Amino acid sequence: MTGLKRVLPSVIVIALIVGAWWAVVVVSGSVVFPTPWQVVTGTLELMRDGTLWQHIGASLFRVGTGFGLAVLVAVPLGLWMGWVKGAYITLNPLFQMLRPISPIAWIPIAILWFGVGNMSPIFLIFISSVFPMVVQTIAGVHTIEKRYLRAAANFGVSRATLFRQVVIPAVLPQIIVGMRIGLGVAWLVVVAAEMIALRSGLGYLIIDSRNAGNRYDLVVAGMVIIGLIGLLLDRLMRLLEGLKVVRWRYAH
Amino acid sequence: MPTRDMSSRISVDGVGKSFATEQGTLHVLDNISFEVADGDIVAIVGPSGCGKSTLMNIVAGFDQPDRGSVRIDGVVQTQPNSRGILISQAGSVFPWLTVQQNLMFGLNGHEHGDKKQLADHYAEMVGLKGFERRYPHELSGGMLKRAELARALVVKPEILYMDEPFSALDALLHLRMRNELLRILAQERHTVLLITHDVEEAIHVANRVIVLSTRPTTIQTTFDVPFAHPRKLSGAPVQELRAAILRELGVDSYSS
Repeated sequence: MTGLKRVLPSVIVIALIVGAWWAVVVVSGSVVFPTPWQVVTGTLELMRDGTLWQHIGASLFRVGTGFGLAVLVAVPLGLWMGWVKGAYITLNPLFQMLRPISPIAWIPIAILWFGVGNMSPIFLIFISSVFPMVVQTIAGVHTIEKRYLRAAANFGVSRATLFRQVVIPAVLPQIIVGMRIGLGVAWLVVVAAEMIALRSGLGYLIIDSRNAGNRYDLVVAGMVIIGLIGLLLDRLMRLLEGLKVVRWRYAH
Repeated sequence: MPTRDMSSRISVDGVGKSFATEQGTLHVLDNISFEVADGDIVAIVGPSGCGKSTLMNIVAGFDQPDRGSVRIDGVVQTQPNSRGILISQAGSVFPWLTVQQNLMFGLNGHEHGDKKQLADHYAEMVGLKGFERRYPHELSGGMLKRAELARALVVKPEILYMDEPFSALDALLHLRMRNELLRILAQERHTVLLITHDVEEAIHVANRVIVLSTRPTTIQTTFDVPFAHPRKLSGAPVQELRAAILRELGVDSYSS
């Protein structure tokens, strides 16, 4: 299939939805809910006065920091828990219990600990993305095929070589899957966290637009931009799957 | 304190092994004893499920026997080590390393440049020259086996433990790899213990063929293969030996 043929069906579906949306707003004569065109003009307005870029920058900064910290913690922790049985037995129940708690539930505690500022959303993002990455990394270690560990044992390599050349590269594809999941969750959470009390970010943009004069055109614009950036971030993570060191995992 | 004749590289003495299953204890190996001299090539054939791989795991040090012992050069085998490399059917070339990196993997205590040189030398020996930078998923099944063989050879192991090494290959490739192995063994001295279900492969490669019984497995017979290399597999003496081994395995080959 050519590129055009591939994207055509989804483009048609989106066009139909936008068309239906437009028709419903016009027919119902709603004065609050925006037409797609109003969303476009609203977006252009935000772009022109520069606030859009500030909001996007603020959200990306929080996600970047929280997610980056989560990677730094989750990967070594996951490798350790996956490799050392005692660590797994000791810590896994705790992680299984913490994992299902929605990051949203941490908001009051985040505000209590870190106040209203950048630290609270960064903490929430960290909390939300660290667990899926730990879990994926552990699963990665646990699913290393025995034959590779046996070969490593046969050649009598040092522990450092074992980790550098067998365990870590074997787990890397799973780590990347964990990072994709983690970043997806982080992006969900930053918007929710910013709705609480901050003065910047795409979540703030949405809530502020509603509160300050029912600007639903900007609410929808914020939603669309969040969706587009989320898609972009996922695409960026997928680029990692094309790295030479992990391509073996997807080649068969 | 070696108690065995020092000319034996591998001494398997009264090895027994059982596994606990839901149906009770499964006696797999029962009192297996044999010796493999330095530089000798010994094949083990037996009915499927008789515990050939279990035996190989024990001899190579990946598993411990319940009874009896395995000695390598008179020393009790307690764990795998690079003096004897196992090549198994599934293969274990690391998919995340290039051919060259795979070959350099087991080379401890060498300078990086020396490692590269050794790796490239053995890549060439098995016919992988020009493929050093390739990843395993870019290789064919036969080339993957060559890489596995080269990775074993590069650490200059005294023993090659080969557990159905070429069974996953098609018949033609299988034959080609056997010839390749024989060519290499003519150049480099290795003691080889080969497990196979393929009687022809056993006669083609080995100097001695040990036939195992069904479970609980013991050694049923041992055949010498008194033919010089290169062996003509279609010749009458080879075919007679093949028929004799097959008879031991409970198969009558005289239908043609």
